[in-house]
Amino acid sequence: MKGSARFLLPLGGFVILAGLLAWGLGQDPKLIPSPLIGKPVPKFRLPTLQDPQRTLDQSIFQGKVALLNVWATWCVSCRQEHAFLDRLARRGEVTLYALDYKDERPDALNWLRRLGNPYEEVLFDADGRVGIDWGVYGTPETFVVDREGIIRYKYVGPLDERSWAEKVEPVVQRLKAES
Amino acid sequence: MHLTSPIRGSGVPRAAARRRTGWRPALHAVLLFLALACAGLQAQAYTLSEFTFDDPAQERDFRELIGKLRCLVCQNESLAASQADLAQDLRQEVYEMMKAGKSKAQILDFLVSRYGDFVLYDPPVKPSTYPLWYGPAILALIAAFFLGRALLRRKKARETEISAEEERRVRALLAAADSPEDNAK
Repeated sequence: MKGSARFLLPLGGFVILAGLLAWGLGQDPKLIPSPLIGKPVPKFRLPTLQDPQRTLDQSIFQGKVALLNVWATWCVSCRQEHAFLDRLARRGEVTLYALDYKDERPDALNWLRRLGNPYEEVLFDADGRVGIDWGVYGTPETFVVDREGIIRYKYVGPLDERSWAEKVEPVVQRLKAES
Repeated sequence: MHLTSPIRGSGVPRAAARRRTGWRPALHAVLLFLALACAGLQAQAYTLSEFTFDDPAQERDFRELIGKLRCLVCQNESLAASQADLAQDLRQEVYEMMKAGKSKAQILDFLVSRYGDFVLYDPPVKPSTYPLWYGPAILALIAAFFLGRALLRRKKARETEISAEEERRVRALLAAADSPEDNAK
């Protein structure tokens, strides 16, 4: 630590600090890691959107790799996401379930009539209680659930071709390859 | 809606307005009253008065609890302060759990198991939060080490003895500095 090497110390400190700050800028503070990853889907019993008399529970997640997409008609980015979900459903890669979160039944039915219904089933969570059990804090959110009904991944924000190919599809393919 | 009245008022021709200065203070008073009334309404929406408890201690606990929990939508606000929809739902949830006699720990567990440690403003001490809890102390210790070393060195430097030879040189230099021709050099 003699001579010129001493002057490199503050420079080194600065570089480390700048590096940390640059890394921090790249992080999205809105993304909160879900503690539900690796846990079974929360128990629920909800009516479907189309038929209030018919209820479904967590057993719909048994036996296949499925997505649960949390959306609502009041959610602008859900509208943006919908066209992609439609395409995804037509490709038939994965089963799509929906949780219609804190919505109005006529609005939601109208939305699906107009924009198409990519969902196998739409669970209707009028008061958002089931949403709380799933740790939903902002729509749209998409959960990937494996054959045993274990939540394996959560994507927050609107899905599109790119985020699907980069983030979610690899998880789905891996889960489908698991026997 | 109240905002339309001053706009309509400005449509009055100037001469007419001058003639009728009498109603101006009255209008101001009415506007002030409406503004205060609106502010009052808003303030009421921000209190937690809809959550009533029979036991004041329980109410204290409730307020303390929602003050310690973070709203996940507006992350710099507590559940107590946030007007986000989700915060309202979670307040309701916490309220109902308290009414049902759940302990504070049970309620915190409920929220942490769904939203993670992120909902806590006071994160628990565990390996992933060690840097958060101990980092500042470690940095302070490192800083204290360097500061201490620098101070010790300076003290040592001040106390350094000089030899008789060095002292003679110092005196010679000082004497030389006193003579003007040396200064000019």
